[in-house]
Amino acid sequence: MASITLNHLVKKYGDGFPAVNDISIDIADGEFIILVGPSGCGKSTLLRMIVGLEDITDGDLLIDGQRVNDKAPRDRNLAMVFQNYALYPHLTVYENIAFPLRLAKGKHSEDQVDKLVTDAAATLELTDHLQRKPANLSGGQRQRVAMGRAIVRQADAFLFDEPLSNLDAKLRGQMRSEISQMQRRLGVTSVYVTHDQTEAMTLGDRVAVLKKGELQQIASPRELYEQPVNLFVAGFIGSPSMNFLPATIEGNTLQTAIGDLQIPEAKAQKAAGKKVVLVGVRPEFFEDAKLVEDHKQSNGSTFTATLTHTEWLGNEQYGYINFDPAPEMRELLNSLARDMDADELRPQVVVTLDAASRIRGGREAEIWLDTRKLHLFDAETGENLTRDAEAGAELTREANQERAEEIATAQGTDANRDSGMGGGTPQHAGASAASPAASPDAAGRDDAAGRPVGGTGTGGKHAAG
Amino acid sequence: MTNTSTKNKVLWAVATVLVLVYALFPVISILATSFKSPSDLTSGKFLPSGGTATTDNYEQILVGDAQGLFLSALRNSIGISVIATFIAVVLATLCAYAIARLDFPGKKLVLTTALAVSIFPVISIVTPLFNLWRTIGLYDTWLGLIIPYLSLTLPISIWTLAAFFRQIPWELEQAAQVDGATTWQAFRKAIVPLAAPGVFTTAIIAFFIAWNDFVYGISLTSTEAARPVPAALAFFTGASQFEAPTGAISAAAIIVTIPIVLLVLLFQRQIVSGLTSGAVKG
Repeated sequence: MASITLNHLVKKYGDGFPAVNDISIDIADGEFIILVGPSGCGKSTLLRMIVGLEDITDGDLLIDGQRVNDKAPRDRNLAMVFQNYALYPHLTVYENIAFPLRLAKGKHSEDQVDKLVTDAAATLELTDHLQRKPANLSGGQRQRVAMGRAIVRQADAFLFDEPLSNLDAKLRGQMRSEISQMQRRLGVTSVYVTHDQTEAMTLGDRVAVLKKGELQQIASPRELYEQPVNLFVAGFIGSPSMNFLPATIEGNTLQTAIGDLQIPEAKAQKAAGKKVVLVGVRPEFFEDAKLVEDHKQSNGSTFTATLTHTEWLGNEQYGYINFDPAPEMRELLNSLARDMDADELRPQVVVTLDAASRIRGGREAEIWLDTRKLHLFDAETGENLTRDAEAGAELTREANQERAEEIATAQGTDANRDSGMGGGTPQHAGASAASPAASPDAAGRDDAAGRPVGGTGTGGKHAAG
Repeated sequence: MTNTSTKNKVLWAVATVLVLVYALFPVISILATSFKSPSDLTSGKFLPSGGTATTDNYEQILVGDAQGLFLSALRNSIGISVIATFIAVVLATLCAYAIARLDFPGKKLVLTTALAVSIFPVISIVTPLFNLWRTIGLYDTWLGLIIPYLSLTLPISIWTLAAFFRQIPWELEQAAQVDGATTWQAFRKAIVPLAAPGVFTTAIIAFFIAWNDFVYGISLTSTEAARPVPAALAFFTGASQFEAPTGAISAAAIIVTIPIVLLVLLFQRQIVSGLTSGAVKG
């Protein structure tokens, strides 16, 4: 158990290109931190700097207050799960899991090693496979062996480098919930790299969004979703992603390509003086005007638009509105899309409608928009003009509290169950019981074929799947 | 479906037999010849004529007249080939490791040079080497053969090993380091077990090349001090000047084939391909 402090970390390669640029994060003991961002944003490099596989060009890395910049990986007592598992093919599953224990010569007797390995294998349901070689295991089993190697030793922290990206969607959902349960039960500080925002949102106590080596925002998933600091975070988090509409402000009216929107005065004031802004609207802020209850109508603004087509998914449906932005706006939207790894650049608004809505493509329809929730972004800097920092901080505080409670609960039940079995070693606990509950839904959502490409077409790659 | 597959099987079997006969016929012919008596050599029959099969030829080279010539040659061949193989494999392992692992300027140059050396015709450097070796005193010594043998075995060893090392997932080494291994432990416990089959395969190939060489063997030696078997065979004589040494040469050829066959059988287990599968998601 340990806290990890990243203090202005910089990683420069030979050509002077900063892969990681001045990143500072305080990771509390027992916290689950996610590093997320499009490919090439430096998230894996950062993780490898923490574990010691990459040199640190500048800045300090502290584990439990001690500077470890110059320590070899083996002296940092961290456990890492690699993207491609990195199992030792010439060793059996048992020996693979025992490998770290065998390296720590003299620390464990043969009996202790056996007990630790058997316990870890039981936790991960690998008991039947202990004598097999990795080559004969399925992808999910290999993944669990890799996890076993991490949990078998009492490491100060777990580091995960996209551990689920090689699994199919269903297994990914299942393993995701198992990792989450296990982390809570062991209460181990964890850093997890992913490009999959479903993993980021579901696993993380706090999520750090990186772009081109720079930290954009670190906050609880809810704060990221509801109070993003800038265009990039807003567009990156959420699936389908946030719609961005260029707009001009006149008083409390936003003039956009899909119609005029009345917004609350408080929001309009924050954007005062700006000629052009980008309006950020999440798809679920829209609704079929006919289905909005009367008392809610006043919370938003209604406009008329023609949907190109709709997709009915059972619990909801997606509708698409094409619009034609001004050339300079189009350029801005394109560069935003490039930042997020997307190549499809269709200026399009995705709206989420109630499954009961009868709105269909090709016809004009009345659509209601909850204007209380939308955000206004500076068109030049990308900064979120309407961000409520206090509300955001409150969300993250809540998340922290929940984490503390969850760990207490998980370890409390664990302790009861383990009484008499001795030791802080991981036991069976909830891993198996918990997975079916959480996974089908999550996996199903990951799978949803033809998931709409959000906003201005900037969704795409960074979502699961 | 079944018909075609049965037909296929038959065709394959026929093809296999044809290839086997083609490849093994000379060996069997030599084996048969090695048991013929001198008078039987020109009989025109494949097998020794009835009742005349003899082990005289083997006696001659192992304990008889040709003993000195053959046994010393055998000793030279084994010694020189083993040393040349050992040096080539050690050097090639280091070189290939660097090529597979590191990005350094001149990497391409090393590989192309190795390739160029290996396609350079042996016969064209024999004469200069002959003169050079005589001047500096390497002529007719073990070292005088080991050095040119390295020029044959090193390039191919580097190429084979570099290709092999590239397939080893290096994350294993990093994983081992994170698991608490020193750099050396990580190399020894995670990489060496995976690299071993490749090194063995390369060693066998290098050994064959050194063992089979004739041109250097006959040109750079003059006495029993360093002359290897393939060259020594050319110096066999019959019991009298009117007798061809064919029988003795055949017997010697059979005997020098044995170490090669043994080597392959011995290391067959080590040459397990696909040992690396399962390490990482492929």
